Amino acid sequence: MAGTAHREPARPDLAVSIWRGDAGGAYADYRVPQRANQTVLDIVTFVQREIDPGLSYRFSCRVGMCGSCAMTVNGRPRWTCRTHVSKVAKNGRLTIGPLANLPVIKDLATDMAPFFQKWQAAKGVFSPSKTRHDAIEPIKPSSPERVAADAGVECINCGVCYAACDTVAWNADYLGPAALNRAWTLVNDVRDTGGKERLRAVSAAGGCHACHTHQSCQQHCPATLNPTASIAGLKRATVQAWLKGEIEP
Amino acid sequence: MNLRLYLWQRGTAALLAPLILIHLAVIFYATRQGLTAADILSRTRGSIAWALFYGAFVAAAAIHAAIGLRNILAEWGGLGGRTLAFCAVGFGLALALLGLRAVAAVVLP
Amino acid sequence: MNAYLSAHRASILWFAAMAHRLSGIGLAAFLPLHFLALGLALRGEAALEGFLRWSDMGVVKLAESGLVFLLVVHLLGGLRLLLVENFSWRSGQSKLAAGAAALAGLVAFLFLIRVL
Repeated sequence: MAGTAHREPARPDLAVSIWRGDAGGAYADYRVPQRANQTVLDIVTFVQREIDPGLSYRFSCRVGMCGSCAMTVNGRPRWTCRTHVSKVAKNGRLTIGPLANLPVIKDLATDMAPFFQKWQAAKGVFSPSKTRHDAIEPIKPSSPERVAADAGVECINCGVCYAACDTVAWNADYLGPAALNRAWTLVNDVRDTGGKERLRAVSAAGGCHACHTHQSCQQHCPATLNPTASIAGLKRATVQAWLKGEIEP
Repeated sequence: MNLRLYLWQRGTAALLAPLILIHLAVIFYATRQGLTAADILSRTRGSIAWALFYGAFVAAAAIHAAIGLRNILAEWGGLGGRTLAFCAVGFGLALALLGLRAVAAVVLP
Repeated sequence: MNAYLSAHRASILWFAAMAHRLSGIGLAAFLPLHFLALGLALRGEAALEGFLRWSDMGVVKLAESGLVFLLVVHLLGGLRLLLVENFSWRSGQSKLAAGAAALAGLVAFLFLIRVL
């Protein structure tokens, strides 16, 4: 519409409910003017800048790369910067809460520490086989291991799968889809040396075998990854390692 | 669930799948003209094949159900530690005993 | 528990997992009764026959077809898990799950027609 004066048609205000306080808090109601191409993050930002500067929430990149703005929108976890209001508002209503399955610090900000602690517990850290003095190892992008690793490597750590997972909600020990997906990408990374220890870590109580294949992680992952398939891969890899006598049951 | 329980759970599941298919076939066959004790017992009494079939069925089902119950009690009942182990093992043993008693009841001549 | 979360379960695969668990609970509750009933044969054929004639009641037959339904649901739900966990990923799982539910219903219905 370059060159033409663009006037938006008048729209009714959105009725927005936003969680305020910690776990014992409650929803507060706001009226927010509707705009074209408005995202849920735009709504939250409007409330904080124009109505209540005390509202706490997290965001950074606004383009779906950093994974910091995930919230519960009308009952399901979403990345708010890439979620258009027009797609999710029901009868002009939006209910925005913090991510589930994580402690609420205040308002829309959750404590992500348990999420990342489980990432560590799943041995989600790369263990290099080379030093900086070695030549860079050539990896064929079409090799089966690399294809498997690539399928899960674009995780942005937003916590949406963790919030969507009922096994996480029911089993405090469960490492969760994101951490296990990360473990699976490293199991397939031929440069990594931590394989056996990692398979041992994800074979303990709360590891990959605790997954019930609800497939909510796959349904909700904003990056369209498939953590359920990664977890299934870990289940196979651990059974194979057990058959070879590499890990104990 | 850890790897050990997973292996038992999925191992018994893989064993149970064909056994259930046979069981379903027997259910439909046995009800062809009304279920009678004479019909059932004439099939099973003194049969080593049926004793092995139902014996394996009971053992696999007892292990499978005990581990499943253990998951549910942990996740929905909030049980853990010894209480959880006691309930799961107790249920599995009770199921195995009752099941083997039932197998004995129909196969012993 | 999930004060802010509710709509995340609206998926047929989530319901497939839940149906698998609930049918498992139902079967686990039924099995001891099944075994006790068969155990009546320890007291002779007549004891078992007496029970079977009691079970001719329509409501018992209805319950039995419900158990056949649970058994097929749990069997197919278990096969779903074994396939997802042990074989390469395949699409169209929602259709398969819906088909499995329909098949379980059909088998139970055929059983009910047969025994009524």
